[in-house]
Amino acid sequence: MSKTPEFGLLIDYEYCTGCHTCQVACAQEHGWPAGMGGIRVNEIVQKLPHDKYYLTYLPFPTELCVLCKPRTRKGLDPACVQHCMARCMTFGPIEELARKMKEKPRMVLWVPK
Amino acid sequence: MKASQTGIFKTTTWSPGPGCHGGCGVLAHIKDGKLVKIEGDPDHPMNQGRLCARALAMTQYIDHPDRLRSPVKRVGKRGEGKWEEISWDEALDLIEAKMKKIREDYGPESMVFNVGTGRDIYAWISLLAYAYGSPNIMFGLTGQACYGPRLAAVITVQGDFAVFDAAQWFPERFAHPGYKVPECMIIWGYNIHATCPDNLFGHWIIDLMKKGTKIICIDPRLSWFASRSKYHLRLRPGSDSALVMGFLNVIISEDLHDKQFLENWTNGAHLVRKDTGKLLREKDLVKDGAEGNFAAWDPNRGKAVVWDTTEVAFRDKEVKPAISGEWEVGLHDGRKVLCRTVWDVFREEVGRYPLSEVEKITGVPAKDIHDAAVFYAKAKPAAIHWGVAVDMTPALTPLVTGITALWGLTGNLDIPGGNVFARFAFDVVPYALPGTKGAIRLKSKELDEPRIGSKKFMPLNKFYWRCQTDMTLDQIFTEDPYPIKGMWIQTAGIMQGLGMDPKKWKAALEKLDFVVAVDVFHTPTTQYADVVLPAGTFLEKDSFRSWWVPLQTINKVMTVEGCRPDVEINFELARRFDPDFKFDTVHDLYDDILKPSGMTFEELQAKGGRAYPPDGSSSCPYLRHERGLLRADKKPGFRTQTGRFELYSTLREEWDLEPIPHHEEPPFTPVSRPDLAKDYPLILSTGRRSPAFFHTEHRNIPWLRDIDPDPTAEIHPLTAGRNGIGNGEWIWIENWMGRARYKAKLTPVVPEWMVMAAHGWWFPEKKAAEPSLYGMWESNINQLIPMNEQGKDGMGAPIKHSMCRVYKCKPEEVNHE
Repeated sequence: MSKTPEFGLLIDYEYCTGCHTCQVACAQEHGWPAGMGGIRVNEIVQKLPHDKYYLTYLPFPTELCVLCKPRTRKGLDPACVQHCMARCMTFGPIEELARKMKEKPRMVLWVPK
Repeated sequence: MKASQTGIFKTTTWSPGPGCHGGCGVLAHIKDGKLVKIEGDPDHPMNQGRLCARALAMTQYIDHPDRLRSPVKRVGKRGEGKWEEISWDEALDLIEAKMKKIREDYGPESMVFNVGTGRDIYAWISLLAYAYGSPNIMFGLTGQACYGPRLAAVITVQGDFAVFDAAQWFPERFAHPGYKVPECMIIWGYNIHATCPDNLFGHWIIDLMKKGTKIICIDPRLSWFASRSKYHLRLRPGSDSALVMGFLNVIISEDLHDKQFLENWTNGAHLVRKDTGKLLREKDLVKDGAEGNFAAWDPNRGKAVVWDTTEVAFRDKEVKPAISGEWEVGLHDGRKVLCRTVWDVFREEVGRYPLSEVEKITGVPAKDIHDAAVFYAKAKPAAIHWGVAVDMTPALTPLVTGITALWGLTGNLDIPGGNVFARFAFDVVPYALPGTKGAIRLKSKELDEPRIGSKKFMPLNKFYWRCQTDMTLDQIFTEDPYPIKGMWIQTAGIMQGLGMDPKKWKAALEKLDFVVAVDVFHTPTTQYADVVLPAGTFLEKDSFRSWWVPLQTINKVMTVEGCRPDVEINFELARRFDPDFKFDTVHDLYDDILKPSGMTFEELQAKGGRAYPPDGSSSCPYLRHERGLLRADKKPGFRTQTGRFELYSTLREEWDLEPIPHHEEPPFTPVSRPDLAKDYPLILSTGRRSPAFFHTEHRNIPWLRDIDPDPTAEIHPLTAGRNGIGNGEWIWIENWMGRARYKAKLTPVVPEWMVMAAHGWWFPEKKAAEPSLYGMWESNINQLIPMNEQGKDGMGAPIKHSMCRVYKCKPEEVNHE
């Protein structure tokens, strides 16, 4: 039986630049081989009216994400959050992150398994 | 520390490893002498705990099974991939003997020292080349078209380089009192993925955007910045200089320029003769007058007055010169000539670019250009950041000086949040970059005489102490005026990345008597060496960086058996080549170079490995031209010939080059070559950065290759459709020079008329031996880009704008080795 989730990852996808730092930070932290890891960055090209486009990157926590429990227990941020070049990821209690979502648009809150 | 414990050590990145221009603080976790983990240092003001994918992948890099761990000697033919391990002593003895023989038989200039981009190597390759006696240090890119030419161009008119201000000069960063966040930033041909270009932390721009900075993005691609910009000016590659002239046109014609800066700090008031079109000089006015002094019109006295460049002032006191007008001036020989001001000449040139014309050249709607220019000019402060796109065009100097005029004329130079002078920390200059004189130098001026291209191309003579790359390549074949017999290649991928027209480079390397390569891994380039030496990563060396602020140490935290840091390799050979070599250890050398800082290497290390120049020093902002902090004579002004910010370049006039910014159509565009456009209808651009790789590096690092597994060409879906190409299909990109194989990525981020091909591709997993050469001949886009198309001043080259066609690979061409 899985515990009720307490913590999540808040992503400000306005600022994710697609640098893929989170992927490698995760792979290093948990020793994942290439091709596996707790987070993957996706590229989304949105078509808008008047032949405009909008380029978005979005980190997605996979089935392998454990929210870096050994780190967060020590008061550290998860490896992906610490190293995020654009500082667009926040770790914290779900309620706190949900409140932060009111501060600006283009946010998504992930609650990994 | 017990053997089984993990120690955490602080150091600073600067290649080899992440590859980049470095400067980030890291925490290296070392256990039993091995790197077990690397993290960003939260206490470091540059990256503040952040770290890029390439630095985070260091554990896969440092212990990579393919890493070179012993010197090797070639035993087969060049390109056959047959090697024999030899000891360091044997390797160094062999190199010493071979290079001394070349020096005896042909002179030291017959050895060329080839270097790649922005690593912790320029000082040390200069140390080696100069100890050997050769002036021929070669950055292997055609037209040296990366960064150095931009430096030289800016320094020509402004005396010092300048970069966008993200408060990087202060340990407290954005909290520094007096710092201002730019209201507007122009991002000119730069993609965030490079992350750490030219000693700037790319994501500082993201930090600024979060603080309110609005972006004007100048890029043919719909980049990340373009998506989030207030204005995206999607120009045709190679038309940048027309765009900057359009910007200047709007700003001047709408009277948005900073009059105070124009009148007090530029040479706008200096006089230009109408008969010759050249600057009026003191020697014209007075017999025996100085060539190096200029003149302006004093409306109160009703005569031309002398601008004394030694005094950096008018010879007569209290002159308020006219900024605009035309007057008859009497020369010392009795003739009278009409003269007008530099400002009027500058405005006349700018006036040749009405927005209707600029729209035609660039493809950017006139209204967008207008609105963006007004936004930039009215924003206070405003900053500009530019990428290598500005170097990768033959007329780079007219473009770069135009952009420089933009920040000057809008009063954004060396102000908080503007473009701020970037000087070496504490004026610690290890080697000769443009405009500097460096601690490491050739023994005599005579030794510099044979430097290739230094007589023909004056920027190289004055500011850029390298040989001209295209001429050097030709001279290997012609041997005129002297033969080139050997090449030392260090941190450089002349075959797989730096070298355009790589077949020509291959033929050149085959012709040489002796080639040494220093690298971390075997590459296509090392296959053409006689001896390959294994270099150490940044974690394996003590070094320092003074490339702007702060002054930092790089601290050795581990060793890898068999490898040696670049600096130690070069130091040992320099000692063997130079009988007068004055240092006993690398640390003696560091202490000597660090003297201007008042600290030794150990003292700097003891301070935490980092020091910031205090206010009042030349490497600390702001308004240094007003405070007399730039020039050796301490007078207010700039380090230029006139002491002013030169809207009209006095040096370029002396060099018979256009002294004022303007547009020149590059050699291979649909505009300049409509004949070629019939067969090659698409614009080929290259060099889009990958977050996973630094140029040719990291294809062998599994975590990084996973991010960007294939050589990718971006093609607009409509263009792909017209050519029968589906997403993910393998295609050939082809022009009159050759072709390269790419995986098509169908995406509207590129315009319909353009293909963007990633650069630096080779496949470390494929066979080293020719004809494969790690698969390099399949996907090296440089096979479509020529040598010898450098700009009139020997700098810049058409790397980002050529022409091509695309078509699908045949099935049998897709999966072959």
